[in-house]
Amino acid sequence: MALLEVENLNVDLSTAMGPARAVRNLNLTLDRGQSLGIVGESGCGKSMTALALMGLLPENAVTTGEIRLSNENLLKKSERDLCSIRGNRMAMIFQEPMTSLNPVHSVGRQIMEPLRLHRGLSKTDAKKKALQLMDRVGIPNPEERIANFPHQLSGGQRQRVMIAIALSCEPDILIADEPTTALDVTIQDQILELIHNLVAEEGMALILISHDLGVIAENTEKVAVMYGGTVVESGATDQIFGQLSHPYTQGLFAAMPKLGMSRNKRLTTIPGTVPDLVNLPSGCTFTDRCPLASNICKETTPPIEELGPAHTVACHNLKKAIEARSTGLYE
Amino acid sequence: MSVFFAKRFLTFLATLVGASIVIFIVMEILPGDPALVILGVDATDEAVLALTKELGLDRPALERYFSWISGMMQGDLGISYAYRVPVWELVEGALKITIPLAILAMTLSVILALVIGLYAAANHNKIGDVSLMGFSQLGISVPNFWLAILLILFFAVNLRWLPAGGFPGWEEGIWACFKALILPALALATVQGAMLARITRSSVLEVFREDYVRTARAKGLSQRRTLWGHVLRNSMIPVLTAMGFQFANLLAGTVVIENVFHIPGLGSTVLKAINNRDTIVVENVVLLLAGMVVLTNFVVDLLYAVIDPRLKAHDI
Ligand SMILES: Nc1ncnc2c1ncn2[C@@H]1O[C@H](COP(=O)(O)OP(=O)(O)O)[C@@H](O)[C@H]1O
Ligand SMILES: [Mg+2]
Repeated sequence: MALLEVENLNVDLSTAMGPARAVRNLNLTLDRGQSLGIVGESGCGKSMTALALMGLLPENAVTTGEIRLSNENLLKKSERDLCSIRGNRMAMIFQEPMTSLNPVHSVGRQIMEPLRLHRGLSKTDAKKKALQLMDRVGIPNPEERIANFPHQLSGGQRQRVMIAIALSCEPDILIADEPTTALDVTIQDQILELIHNLVAEEGMALILISHDLGVIAENTEKVAVMYGGTVVESGATDQIFGQLSHPYTQGLFAAMPKLGMSRNKRLTTIPGTVPDLVNLPSGCTFTDRCPLASNICKETTPPIEELGPAHTVACHNLKKAIEARSTGLYE
Repeated sequence: MSVFFAKRFLTFLATLVGASIVIFIVMEILPGDPALVILGVDATDEAVLALTKELGLDRPALERYFSWISGMMQGDLGISYAYRVPVWELVEGALKITIPLAILAMTLSVILALVIGLYAAANHNKIGDVSLMGFSQLGISVPNFWLAILLILFFAVNLRWLPAGGFPGWEEGIWACFKALILPALALATVQGAMLARITRSSVLEVFREDYVRTARAKGLSQRRTLWGHVLRNSMIPVLTAMGFQFANLLAGTVVIENVFHIPGLGSTVLKAINNRDTIVVENVVLLLAGMVVLTNFVVDLLYAVIDPRLKAHDI
């Protein structure tokens, strides 16, 4: 039995323009200790998916489908039960370390909070554990730093504090939503490596969200490629990188800076922008930007086809897409 | 922290000096000769001149300003022109009424504001929120003297629970004095409290949208624990600012309300002094009132630093 199973998840946000379909018919599975990457351009519903898993969507959101954690549907659970799961069995790190910590509490207090809440630790015990955690996530001089306020720490250090908070109760699943996007390039790799190592040591499952295919390739065993609020291709990381299939995945790959690429060669980009979620086009939502689009793409939702064991792609023109792989769709 | 404190203290002193100059100049410009008012329109020119000399009003303005300030620094506020008693004697008893009244009114308005503002924010856009905000709009629009009259009619005349006015004096015991001050305090607190409640509500709602609140929820804190543990303190910063500003209004309000309730506080003292052209009393009382406002803002500034550790670091 998988640790986490997401079935037919839909998130609709009511907006002034009408309902926006931020997540549509999304399916995911995650085993204990497994790592899953969710990748896609910004605005394609990655954060909304993560927040739906945590049950922390904004008030204007309506969620349907099933999110089963150890076979229990979280969408049917009371708020009280969800509170005992959040930060305890499922923890999350956010994109913005600069604003994700409470400016008026010391970082020590913020790390101790989940320990006191879920583990019922005394102040002294929680502090001891917080010091260990700070050491573990690579914050120098924890004894001094524990009394610091967020504004006294750099962005990278704050993200380490966030990781310490997330790790504190040894969750089954760690969700990291673009944990390095807001950080300096030099710090990004350190933080990713830290997450990678901690997850391996703790045997936690990881959901790593990024718009950067490279980050996902290096850090996760499985990948789900999201576009327009749904998964267009998913499978094992080496499967996907070995046989790029969906035109959108190929586009993301083409847009990645590659080692040894000459500097004056411009990066390939996918033409156009992500679809408007309020007025989603019928059929395949990638039609407008797809070099292979045909009439059928406009009219009907593409079927989900299995290319290999657990490697699925949703595309009408899959054969053509696979043939175009060698020549490159976007040159 | 000490730099922060020192800077704030200097501002405090500078504001007081500025206020004393403005007050003095205004009283100089104000028409009406104290000696003439005291002696009446029938007085001879010689008598008026003699009294002017006796009161020391023939000296140049600058000299009078400095003698006022230097006297004050030695704890001497001067002698009232109208009553020929030390100003302090007139002011002392009034202060003992107005300061408790202001504190009571401020406390009531903060309680009103927090209870209403937090409840409304927690029930955002629900019936409780909408109706409370309607009431607060009403509370803001009602003039405080009119509200005072309504309160007197209801609690004093109809229900006979509380006195309609007057002040028994502190020797009659705290309870009797409290009963005399509660209606005036309520009249003062309603407008302030209604305004503060709206500020509290919008500030709480704003903080609820902050990223760190989402972090708190992601830790597993319930909505309520998040409100008390993470939202409240952060949302108090704009509320505190508004309280500082409002305190001046509140004191201005006491002048009116003390007269409606016939309470011998600073407000009544200053009105009487103005009518008597007892300039020295007016100057001292207004400066006292200004001093209380400046002191309140000084305390507010210190409280900022207590609430928000970032302020200490930047020494704003
Ligand atoms: N509170 C909200 N109300 C309405 N729409 C929102 C809200 N938050 C995000 N969205 C929209 O939902 C879509 C998905 O957003 P998100 O999941 O944050 O994308 P990603 O994380 O992949 O960049 C975006 O088009 C965004 O504009
Ligand atoms: Mg996002």
